Amino acid sequence: MSEEVKVLGNWGSCFSRRVELALKIKGVEYEYIEEDVYGNKSPLLLKYNPVHKKVPVLLHNGKPIAESLVIIEYIEETWKGTPILPEDPYEKAMARFWTKFVDEKCLPALWRAVWSPENEREKAVEEACKCLETLQSALNGKRFFGGDTVGLVDIAANFIGFWLRIIQEATGHGDLLSAEKFPTLFKWTDEFVSCSVVKQSLPPRDKLLAFFKARVAEANASK
Amino acid sequence: MADQVKLFGMWASPYSRRVELALKLKGIPYEYIEEDLSNKSCLLLKYNPVHQKIPVLVHNGKPVAESLVILEYIDETWTNNPVLPQDPYDRAMARFWAKFIDEKILITTRKVSLASGKEQEQAIEEITEQLKLLENELKGKEYFSGHNIGFLDIVANFLVFWFGNVQEVLGIDMFSEEKFPVIFEWIQKLVKIDVVNECRIPKEKHLDYIRTRVEAFKSSTK
Repeated sequence: MSEEVKVLGNWGSCFSRRVELALKIKGVEYEYIEEDVYGNKSPLLLKYNPVHKKVPVLLHNGKPIAESLVIIEYIEETWKGTPILPEDPYEKAMARFWTKFVDEKCLPALWRAVWSPENEREKAVEEACKCLETLQSALNGKRFFGGDTVGLVDIAANFIGFWLRIIQEATGHGDLLSAEKFPTLFKWTDEFVSCSVVKQSLPPRDKLLAFFKARVAEANASK
Repeated sequence: MADQVKLFGMWASPYSRRVELALKLKGIPYEYIEEDLSNKSCLLLKYNPVHQKIPVLVHNGKPVAESLVILEYIDETWTNNPVLPQDPYDRAMARFWAKFIDEKILITTRKVSLASGKEQEQAIEEITEQLKLLENELKGKEYFSGHNIGFLDIVANFLVFWFGNVQEVLGIDMFSEEKFPVIFEWIQKLVKIDVVNECRIPKEKHLDYIRTRVEAFKSSTK
């Protein structure tokens, strides 16, 4: 029986794109199914992720897995080829640690800073910048968090690698990630997006920018 | 050279107790260092500068923080009595539910403990739904991991001692045998296991501890 791999995703979701990036790194062919997460969630999504009702969901020979980081570990263990995680248990633990830090600290702090009302903005930006500073230290002179090639932490930080600069352009606030504030992290974002396998996994820049400009306009209109 | 394993933990923390349980299940000798969270040691701050939290495992001088990361590290380093299943799909399910426990159930438990009135009622409803979802994973199985205790049983260990104590202090009825018969049956099995009992949180001490913390929070928000 030939392998059947499907991804239920959304074009603009960094979580969904993480999974696509991991599959592309491994050279795994898959069928992509676009989900309208803002409108109606399809019966397929509700069936395959009844607990969270979110994308991404990976379907491998009909068996569903949800939660992007859980999916990526599954991809790593199921398909050999280019490794996403280091082999050494300690290095693997460090990769998982930083991945959790990105997911549980950096992303929520950045999201809060982007959307916070003016009077709360300063504090939110300060918190988000502390996270970015800590994350930057994990690069430690390497080209990618994964070393010479993109690894789990790089994949998890795709929001910072691509989405964040676009959002900054949409909001007109450049005070989170800049070359002046975080030179090595900023450089990493350039390395990240120029990587050919990453490029294939990213949403179209113009479309994403237009999407966030519309969200910003909506947020301003409701003030 | 003999392995040197240290665990920086805290007696009332379910995250800390998870790691102890995994070490004991594997028969790994370790030195336990109790942390006073109101006065964190220099060593803790050195070994976990990012979060400054327990648990931290230090293996031959190298620190690993975050309980789920530590559990995976333990399983990969000491390969006897594997804690995670072999099959990648089963591993994914175990990881999915472990995340659910940490990101949903334990977070909602905090909300229940610190909220009051309508907000607390809503949180209790939320947690009841979440526990029902978790309970489904036990149906038809002896343990979450099948015939023997494993990763998800270790992560769900907070239900065995810790959770009931929180409920007792709060004086609410959200977790009972009537509501969750399958989970309670699982708890009865777990308490018969020696290493689980070795990681038991002392009840009276724990009730006092929770009471103090809840009161401190309530007075700080007045």
